[in-house]
Amino acid sequence: MVVDQTEVDLLFHALADATRRDIVRRTMDDSFSVSTLARGYPMSFAAVQKHVAVLERAGLVTKRRRGREHLVAGNPAALRAAHDALDRLELVWRERVARMDGLLAADPSD
Amino acid sequence: MPLTNVSSDAATRTVTLTGEFDAPVERAWQLYADPRQLEQWWNPPGYPLTITDHDLSVGGFVRAHVTGPDGQKITAYWRIIAVDAPRAMEWEDGFLDDQGEPNPAIPPTTMRLTLAERAGGGTLMTIVAGFLSAEAMQEYLDMDIEEQMRVTFGQADALLAR
Repeated sequence: MVVDQTEVDLLFHALADATRRDIVRRTMDDSFSVSTLARGYPMSFAAVQKHVAVLERAGLVTKRRRGREHLVAGNPAALRAAHDALDRLELVWRERVARMDGLLAADPSD
Repeated sequence: MPLTNVSSDAATRTVTLTGEFDAPVERAWQLYADPRQLEQWWNPPGYPLTITDHDLSVGGFVRAHVTGPDGQKITAYWRIIAVDAPRAMEWEDGFLDDQGEPNPAIPPTTMRLTLAERAGGGTLMTIVAGFLSAEAMQEYLDMDIEEQMRVTFGQADALLAR
């Protein structure tokens, strides 16, 4: 996945906050109105609305209108980018462990 | 395959790998403690590593030259944060600038290694590799992914061909 610098900045900023991470988790499987989301947190509707706006700018959630409400839904593709760095580090180490194993098999002595 | 579990945690920016070797702890430790062995597994084929300094004491440095397929040379380092030979070590892994100092433009990653005796013989190895900050993680993402994939999958092909 190709993500430009500005998008990655927004992404990590958005994920740096625990409430926003929780909103992302909740909206990955289902969409919720902002007012429903707001009831889940000890903060004002306006504060939750601001968090949703940060997530929307980072592409982590999308908003669509349903009647008088805005429904918030998660965007798994954007979250995926945050995991890419860890996936790549994991791949590097998987290969290293395979090479270690090869060395030990070739020369098992002390 | 020696790996028994691999997990990653976005909140702590770490990847944890656990694996088993039939070799005893002392032998597995030599993979790190012997620079000639370390040179053989740290980098993928095509990126030969030459270790010039190898001081595994707290505050000590391991320094190594790496030559890429395009002939470009870079100097990598480990800075040892904690060590309890032959069972544990923690270090920072990064690159040096022209003055031989850790290059702040390329944020380092951190590693924590644990080697423990497996019941009935052998070694249980745990590696926790991670990013110090979100910025470091971002820097890593900005690296040339195509080049890295080519290198790692090239290595997988080489292993399968044996």
